[in-house]
Amino acid sequence: MKVNRVAAAALAAGIFLTATACGSDDSGSSSGSSGNSDVTIGIVELNLSNPFFGTLQKATEAAATAKGWKTMKAEAKVPGDSATQVTAIENMIANKVKAIVLDPANPTALNPVVKKARDQGILVITVNATLTPIEGADATFATDNTEAGKLIGQWAKASAPANPRIAMLDFDLSDGPAGGRHNGFLEGYGIKDGDPSIAGAALTKGTIETGQSAMENLLSAHPDINVVYTINEPVARGANTALKNKGINNATVVSVDGACSGVQDVKDGIIGATAMQFPSKMGELAVDAIAKYLADGTKPTAGLNDSGTTLITDKPVDGLESQTSEWGLQNCWGEK
Amino acid sequence: MTKLDDAVLLEKEDRAGPWRAALSSQIAGPLAALVLAIVIFSATTDSFLNPGNLSLIAQQSVVVGTLALGQTLVILTAGIDLSNGAIMVLASVVIGNLATDGNVLGALLAGLATCLVLGLLNGVLVSQFSLPPFIVTLGVLSVLTAAARLYTDSQSYPITSEFLTALNEGPAFGGVTITYGVMLWIGLTAILGYALTQTAWGVRVYAVGDNPRAAALTGIKVKRVLLSVYLTAAVVYAFAAWQALGRTPTADPSGYATANLDSITAVVIGGTSLFGGRGGVVGTLIGALIVTVLANGLTQAGIDSLYQQVGTGVLVVIAVAVDHFVRTRQTR
Repeated sequence: MKVNRVAAAALAAGIFLTATACGSDDSGSSSGSSGNSDVTIGIVELNLSNPFFGTLQKATEAAATAKGWKTMKAEAKVPGDSATQVTAIENMIANKVKAIVLDPANPTALNPVVKKARDQGILVITVNATLTPIEGADATFATDNTEAGKLIGQWAKASAPANPRIAMLDFDLSDGPAGGRHNGFLEGYGIKDGDPSIAGAALTKGTIETGQSAMENLLSAHPDINVVYTINEPVARGANTALKNKGINNATVVSVDGACSGVQDVKDGIIGATAMQFPSKMGELAVDAIAKYLADGTKPTAGLNDSGTTLITDKPVDGLESQTSEWGLQNCWGEK
Repeated sequence: MTKLDDAVLLEKEDRAGPWRAALSSQIAGPLAALVLAIVIFSATTDSFLNPGNLSLIAQQSVVVGTLALGQTLVILTAGIDLSNGAIMVLASVVIGNLATDGNVLGALLAGLATCLVLGLLNGVLVSQFSLPPFIVTLGVLSVLTAAARLYTDSQSYPITSEFLTALNEGPAFGGVTITYGVMLWIGLTAILGYALTQTAWGVRVYAVGDNPRAAALTGIKVKRVLLSVYLTAAVVYAFAAWQALGRTPTADPSGYATANLDSITAVVIGGTSLFGGRGGVVGTLIGALIVTVLANGLTQAGIDSLYQQVGTGVLVVIAVAVDHFVRTRQTR
């Protein structure tokens, strides 16, 4: 019995260690050995269950490795998990990294620890999202999410039927990108929150199944919905299932992301238009900026450096620049 | 069946009257809450009380509802399973991946095998090593969440097989579809309800949950009962994985991240005691419906979804308070 207990304790400890290691991978991963092998940078990402953040992390790491640098990586466990990111940055400061590429889980929670890092001379660049105030970091490389929302809002306005009934499938609006897209869409469409053409809004968790449930609930109350704004392409996929189950085939669905699976949905007619982001470019631009700083002390331009947004649709509208889904499939991110 | 089992069953029959009364009163609370919510939403929105929407509520409940049936078994033994959502998600991505080769039945069986292996792992750690279920399943949850991500490289698999999505189909009555998934959910509830209340196994499960030492003294093999509970729950989770593929025809490793807590919520609101030994699957079915009704009704009433979480939280606290009240009165 006693032996059993000991074995069990060891087993439990093993499971726990594995679990912790999976949650936050602080351990340094070494790389090629060139002249710069004494340079280590930190990469702090959001939850990698989202392939977007995985793409961003891999691109950043690849760019750093190509320069012969070492990397320390960590990521939030769930959306909004700034506590894990704070701990990771503290560890990186202790390990004397030269720079940190941070995708902040919260616009304000990370300010103190980022200030601590910068006070030690560490260059901190945020990618994908920004701190508030944006000057909290040395520079930001991100999608202008308001601009992305505006693009799909303008496209939806030009493509929607005469009597639009809009559904807004949101993500927690306190999230910077989510709020930017929401407001950008409304601005592009030329309406405000509370406009009578908005049939209803519902929160999703940015996943397929929560998008489906939210769409089903809104359709139950408003069967006449014919325009659907979605926070991202998984939610659009779920919304499509709900629309299809209800026998609605002509709704105008717009989204943001430009993942390969989402572009394929544009090609298949499930999504009318999506605003493509370029996560790899964010990471590469951030690493280039760090290289310049390390070489001659030149800091990157403070504030938001737009990594670009491209409207992808097979039904272009006048006065709005866009690319086809064919082009999109050449330039998308994530698994094809 | 041993003589002791007979004795326990006999004793139970003797007390059939009060037992039935207690059981029905356990369901009465959740049922009243469900009816109240339905009445309120029917009165405040035009669209809630239409047959199509009510059928939708049932369809929206099946995945977490099925998971919660397995969770009920574990909680009845005074355990808890934090890993059930992750087990289901891993099974569904295994099925989704293997089904791309076209062998859907094999894929489904592989999903069942995945659940059984993980149920066995949980069950052995809890029963043979006497480890606390909370910690065991917390660890397994972490490992499996990462495993599903590594296995799929964080991508999702669209499901095209009609067999795998069959649970989303079903006969339509005047435009209202009763899906096979909903039937399966109700069927599983009936089978587990029967097993818990009418068989010797069920009596042992309640006895172990109520007081494992006393149960052991009456000759019940506590460890074996615990293992059987985790394995039975695993089979139920495999059904939940199939339900998930039917409802959302995509095997998504990042989906259902809070399904474990949602299933516990359904069990607790359904009147099953977290201290074990009291409650049942019918209450859990009602509990799952209550959670869905809140989300569905509040969205239709145009109220911020965050209030859905407020409402659910309040109900959980009320349910636990009622349970505490009942327990302290029993021991007085």
